[in-house]
Amino acid sequence: MIIAVASGKGGTGKTTVAVNLALSNSNTQLSDCDVEEPNAHIFIKPKIKNKELISIPVPEVDKSKCDGCGRCQEVCAYNAIAVVNKKVLIFPELCHGCGSCGYFCPQHAIKEINKEIGSVEIGKRDNLLFVHGKLNIGEAMSPPLIKAVKKHVNPARVNIIDAPPGTSCPVITSIEGSDFCLLVTEPTPFGLNDLILAVEVLRKLDIPFGVVINRSDLGDKKTDDYCSQENIPVLMRIPFKREIASAYSKGISIVEAFPEYKKDFQELLDNISKMAKQNNRR
Amino acid sequence: MKVCVTSEGNNLDSKVDPRFGRCQYFIIADIDTLAFEAVQNPNIDSMGGAGIQSGQLIAGKQVKAVLTGNMGPNAFQTLQAANITVVTGISGSVKEAVEKYKNGDFKATQGPSVDSKFGMPPQK
Ligand code: SF4
Ligand code: SF4
Repeated sequence: MIIAVASGKGGTGKTTVAVNLALSNSNTQLSDCDVEEPNAHIFIKPKIKNKELISIPVPEVDKSKCDGCGRCQEVCAYNAIAVVNKKVLIFPELCHGCGSCGYFCPQHAIKEINKEIGSVEIGKRDNLLFVHGKLNIGEAMSPPLIKAVKKHVNPARVNIIDAPPGTSCPVITSIEGSDFCLLVTEPTPFGLNDLILAVEVLRKLDIPFGVVINRSDLGDKKTDDYCSQENIPVLMRIPFKREIASAYSKGISIVEAFPEYKKDFQELLDNISKMAKQNNRR
Repeated sequence: MKVCVTSEGNNLDSKVDPRFGRCQYFIIADIDTLAFEAVQNPNIDSMGGAGIQSGQLIAGKQVKAVLTGNMGPNAFQTLQAANITVVTGISGSVKEAVEKYKNGDFKATQGPSVDSKFGMPPQK
């Protein structure tokens, strides 16, 4: 089973929920796909055993063969190549590694070289398997790295995927193929606005989902009203507690600081598996 | 001799647009006669690479210099390859910018003034 944990915006407690879910079950695997800012490891403190470097192919031009015809620039859908004064300029951070430029170059002047975009680290803590991706600083192309993290997903386990915040391409790459998605939100007008955007995305992807309301006692009722109107199950409410916030700031998960919460997360996990199963029978 | 000024409107009295890649208009003006052409920027909504595309567009216009508020590294590199001088930090009206350029009041900018993605709308 694969459960993605996402949120329309950052800072809602998405990683907290992902980490605590992962720590509440004995057969879990946590994959942190928030590769621009991975932080689940701060709470899990895994022993990293393996590291893989991830590269994507980017074009390189052999100047002695190129005649400056401009075909490569025409075929690149991502504006990653410009031909000015018969000189070819390549912008690797925009390149998606699709290979079109090389394929269409009439002079066969383009070859592919590998450019490292980041790394995947695999580790363990007791029974919990941990995988995360780290995007190199200044690198913008996260989907290939997210895919590399997701290659390690083992369907025999309960997989928790910590998705990046937002609703853009890297988020979709992270939650695609999941059996269920948990949306973590806060009961504030901004939180609701971003929740609505995230709901639209999940409905398009046709992935069943439910909501966790974090700091549930600090906002207004509008998020609850929206969920009941839209028939979206609210699966958990986490009230604001100074002790939770202070444990968080020290890198300690809720279930470790307050073991009494463990059963709540176990229940959440049970509910999710039931809902995911129902959906599969649909 | 022609220069390109990024502009919020389609004439010489418009304000200089502080962005290059995603400005509203490019005003291509002759600094002696002030005859000009206003080119609507087709790259405003481009997902990425607006600076590069705009740079290529301007490279095709035989201008000597680009006068704008800010420019990111990709656009800068593209214009450099086309041997076009870049002057950033420009504000006021397009006409003033052209006249100041003619009087030699501006120095070429040696590098990009902002990060790429500068003119992008905030991410939703
Ligand atoms: S298509 Fe090939 S020959 Fe033409 S400009 Fe690009 S690299 Fe040069
Ligand atoms: S590989 Fe694809 S994305 Fe990269 S420069 Fe070539 S055509 Fe553009």
